Amino acid sequence: MIRTPLRPLARVLEARSKGENPDKIERENIRVRHEEMSERMRLRAESRLLFVGLMFVVGFVMVSARMMVLASSDVVEPQAANSSARIVAQRANIVDRTGKVLATNLVTNSLYAQPHLMIEPDRAATELAAIFPDMDVERLKKDFKGTRKFLWVKKKLSPEQQQAVHDIGEPGLLFGPREMRLYPNGKLAAHVLGGASFGREGVHSAEVVGTAGVEKTFDEYLRDPVLEGTPLQLSLDLTIQSAARRVLFGGMKLMNAKGATSVLMDVKTGEVISLVSLPDFDPNKRPPVPSKGDASDSPLFNRAVQGVYELGSTFKVFAIAQALELGLVNPSTMIDTKGPMKWGKYKIRDFHDYGPRLSVTDVLVESSNIGTAHMAINIGGKRQRAFLETLGMLQPTPVELVEAPGARPLLPPKWSEISTLTISYGHGLAVSPLHLAAGYATMVNGGTQVTPTLLKSNSVKPGPRVISERTSDQVRKMLRQVVSRGTASFADVPGYDVGGKTGTADKPKPAGGYYKDKVIATFAAAFPMDDPKYVLIVTLDEPVETSGRDPRRTAGWTAVPVAAEMIRRTAPLLGLRPDIEAMAQTKVTEAKF
Amino acid sequence: MRGVLYTVSALIVMTLAYWAYYENYETQEALREAASLQRSIGDARETLSVLEAEWAYLNRPDRLRDLAELNFPVLELMPIEARQFADVHQVMAPPPELPGLDLGDLTGSVEVQGEVSQ
Repeated sequence: MIRTPLRPLARVLEARSKGENPDKIERENIRVRHEEMSERMRLRAESRLLFVGLMFVVGFVMVSARMMVLASSDVVEPQAANSSARIVAQRANIVDRTGKVLATNLVTNSLYAQPHLMIEPDRAATELAAIFPDMDVERLKKDFKGTRKFLWVKKKLSPEQQQAVHDIGEPGLLFGPREMRLYPNGKLAAHVLGGASFGREGVHSAEVVGTAGVEKTFDEYLRDPVLEGTPLQLSLDLTIQSAARRVLFGGMKLMNAKGATSVLMDVKTGEVISLVSLPDFDPNKRPPVPSKGDASDSPLFNRAVQGVYELGSTFKVFAIAQALELGLVNPSTMIDTKGPMKWGKYKIRDFHDYGPRLSVTDVLVESSNIGTAHMAINIGGKRQRAFLETLGMLQPTPVELVEAPGARPLLPPKWSEISTLTISYGHGLAVSPLHLAAGYATMVNGGTQVTPTLLKSNSVKPGPRVISERTSDQVRKMLRQVVSRGTASFADVPGYDVGGKTGTADKPKPAGGYYKDKVIATFAAAFPMDDPKYVLIVTLDEPVETSGRDPRRTAGWTAVPVAAEMIRRTAPLLGLRPDIEAMAQTKVTEAKF
Repeated sequence: MRGVLYTVSALIVMTLAYWAYYENYETQEALREAASLQRSIGDARETLSVLEAEWAYLNRPDRLRDLAELNFPVLELMPIEARQFADVHQVMAPPPELPGLDLGDLTGSVEVQGEVSQ
């Protein structure tokens, strides 16, 4: 670039000759040059601004274009990112305390039809009816030739059925994958597990939702994808449950009972090891809820949790324990048992006359209503109610079943003095066998409150104290004597010190009053009695023992032998060491392999 | 000098372009393989869950009990009971072993004398 000089000699000489100031020329030239420079700078700045603006426009266009692409594209799983991805089952398994499967999933197919794609609707209908005998040919034909574009034919198919349908070769019959809930153990623990069915259904998948039991209580937990299919571990033991169900089923048949239930509970943790209610059902084919008749006669009815019964003399333990705890009596205090006891217009009688006086221990061993009622008078209704409240007898059990909150204990409308007396020997207050199990666990475990649970708990933390260690120990000794020399003598299982209390309560008529020949027989047991580990409640509904001359209905003849057999069978499985020294001469023989 | 610089940078650009192209194809191949592995893992899991369900079904207590009862003549399995437990000291000690005869260099016949007990 040729720069114009600031002081061009020609002009300077010219100016000098004219007598002008040559500096003016220089200033003029400097000004011109500055103008040129600023013009250049302005242009450059403008172009830079333009460039930056252009960049912004390009940036925004790219961002918005990307957003539009994202908004309009299908959702794709990022492939490289999920290196640890696993196909998680839609619903987690349920396992027992040893990890055996109680509920799992199986992939099957559902069958649906799209009639407008069908080539030979008549033949398809005929052949389908041949595969599924429960289907009506005429109806299928009508559906296939109707105006509908879509219809479900079958919700679940077995692989054989699927192949048979496939062999029809009809393009209008299509399969949709389905996850099916499977309970491999059938009727075992049916009432605990409940059941599952399909929720919202689509062609490609269907929701599996719990309909009852733990399946419904833990529905969200089981379906939570975050847990990646971590199984739900229950406190039940499958082996024990199986043995208990078999014994109880046999007992129910032998004693001609129309229903039976048993609860086996850990006395420290409140874990339910086994819970059987008979009659039961197969959760794989859950029967419909009966629309008429008594709901408690349905196999769906969980007698252990939903059934609230007056459990009779089993309640005497609570009155006696409270009297001992309050220091009103000690185990050898003599109690008036002269009958019949009159209270206002009511009369309290014993099964038979026990003479004028019995010790507190004998009141329990002989099961005297009058003796217990006398103790209840001294305790008073208010304290009795508070005591039963702390044992959880007045609220529904907090066990993890959807049915539990609905099973509210039946309390007398007014806790009057006569109610106090009758409740002390188990009449006038109806609770579920599970309530009773929790109450007995508290009585024998050293006196701390127990909350029944169906989940396996790994840590043992004792609940709040209800009765003292000393009272609990006295109660244990008394319960042992009930078995060794009292009403529950059939429960003496060799090798295990069993203690317990029988209870026989007349069944209330729906219209009021009580049946003469229908009873609820209950045996509440704990074993081994020197350091109880388990509580077992066996309740039979309307049992009759007919081996003797007269039919016998008392618990000592009905519920106790069943419970004894159950303890005989389950105690070794529970890992309890039998008291070998106390057993009759055991002889060791060589095992055969 | 300048020419060399241009040539070298052109070569570098070509190499990088080739590398990027190659890596792109490698990545796609790896993604395909990952996807196929995911699929087979999914299939294996499905098979596993079916097998587990079948195992649980075949081992259900009802069936095992029926099998034990059916095969009672062979197995003689009974429910476990308290009387099947015993203390260690009730088990008899095995009889002491008899001192063995030294038959180390026995080659010929042996003559045994004595009375045969009837």
